[in-house]
Amino acid sequence: MTKEVVIEVKNGKVKEAINSFLKGLLEKNLVSALLVSREVPSKDNVVQSLVTNSHGLKEANVIAPVLPVNSARIISEMTRLSPHKSPVGIVLRSCEIRALIELVKLKQASLDNLLIIGVDCLGTYSVSDYQGLCKQGDSPLDELLRKFKEENEDAKLREACRVCEYAIPSNADLVVGLIGVDFEKNILLESRTEKGEGILEKFSFPKFNQSKEREESVSKYIDEKIAKRDALFSQTKKEVGNWENLLSVFSTCISCHNCMRVCPICYCRECFFKSPTFEFDSEKYLGWAKRKGSIKMPKDTILFHLGRMSHMATSCVGCGVCEGACPSNIPLLRIFKTVGHNVQQIFKYVPGRDLEEPLPLTTFKEDELQGVGEE
Amino acid sequence: MANFEPKIVGFLCNWCTYAGADLAGTSRMQYPPNIRPIRVMCSGSVDSAYVLRALLEGADGVFIGGCHPGDCHYVSGNYKERRRITVLKSILKTLGLDDNRVWIRWVSASEGKRYADTISEMTSHLKKLGPNPISKYWSL
Ligand code: SF4
Ligand code: SF4
Ligand code: FES
Repeated sequence: MTKEVVIEVKNGKVKEAINSFLKGLLEKNLVSALLVSREVPSKDNVVQSLVTNSHGLKEANVIAPVLPVNSARIISEMTRLSPHKSPVGIVLRSCEIRALIELVKLKQASLDNLLIIGVDCLGTYSVSDYQGLCKQGDSPLDELLRKFKEENEDAKLREACRVCEYAIPSNADLVVGLIGVDFEKNILLESRTEKGEGILEKFSFPKFNQSKEREESVSKYIDEKIAKRDALFSQTKKEVGNWENLLSVFSTCISCHNCMRVCPICYCRECFFKSPTFEFDSEKYLGWAKRKGSIKMPKDTILFHLGRMSHMATSCVGCGVCEGACPSNIPLLRIFKTVGHNVQQIFKYVPGRDLEEPLPLTTFKEDELQGVGEE
Repeated sequence: MANFEPKIVGFLCNWCTYAGADLAGTSRMQYPPNIRPIRVMCSGSVDSAYVLRALLEGADGVFIGGCHPGDCHYVSGNYKERRRITVLKSILKTLGLDDNRVWIRWVSASEGKRYADTISEMTSHLKKLGPNPISKYWSL
């Protein structure tokens, strides 16, 4: 099912090369619409846009190195009530596809009639850093591609991306490859499913013949990321490590719950932590304050964070949009990713790996974890 | 510390552990009075948020009691709860917080003695651990 072809890149213009392929998808009626990230008129950010004619693709920039939202949430919004009836193409990064797979398992999205086009992800900047680069007159994309070529990791990339071991998308019908590919001349387009292969047949792209080089570069790149990730895990364990440190990390939290609202995994219509369970009579507060001498208001900040973790850590994909949404700059990614990784390892579960793998908290084995109930 | 009496919040399933606790009581078995039992329909109905809330409000320990594996009246509530508590313990451990204050145990309706023994064991374990340090902090 894998077939590898190349799209020619003219004058080093990678974005335009991808757009020409996307344009082909619409013009050949292979999809009725495309969900792509598109530059906003001020040119200093991108938003997702559902595009039905090639005119709308002019500002498309599906590899703009910025992740204002995890688009899995958008696809959930579009397909939760009813799946698409005609083919719709979506261009996503790995963390978005992995979150989407989790949402499908949570029955919050449907993959029917979706053509998933994954793009190699070289990392993303925070929205404010992205805007800063634009203001300086630099194209963040060109900047990133240049640094990547020089094997010079940009320290400005979001922490989520600096430690992301999933640069290459999985569960896509087609993958746009950049890593280990001479992207100044050609980019790779690879089919991963029959659907993807069917699409490639409608084009006459030349064959890709650097599979071996690509494979080597990718595995080197991923190994480096894993090493960085593991270093971050140990650092985080040291930084937290007891109640005092945990409280100090979250001491500036204003309980806005933005982190939960942008989380692609937190899908509940009504969050338990915003439910009437947490509405109390005034006397209650006084009682609590009296018992301890004083309590922080609003209450239950740590309960919210630990409780949220207990609900979503098994599915956390480490996209880090929580951190991007936090007005208090709390280092949420490293905490949630470390916690998530440890929890996922218990069940040998990798969120977003396989649609057929059941969510750890919805299933069980009779002969497992016996020590937990009987130590 | 010598006269520290730990407070345990207990979530006991209606069909097994609660009945087991009842039996321990009606058989006049001796066990420490440190547990505050809450009757729930099934151990599987105990979300980690409730366990966390008890801990954060200063309980020294949280006990979840359910039917033995295979005996859950809702078939698999206890197996799922075992996973949930495993996740919770892993989170606590990763963050360097004490996960030994949370116990999940299987006690059937006929195991009054097992109930009494388990609560005695948990109480003396918590006595050794000392009071839940969270009670010291106001900024939760
Ligand atoms: S934090 Fe928990 S309850 Fe709230 S939306 Fe997320 S999963 Fe649901
Ligand atoms: S976004 Fe930041 S401030 Fe808001 S609830 Fe989450 S951690 Fe707290
Ligand atoms: S793969 Fe790019 S943000 Fe994670």
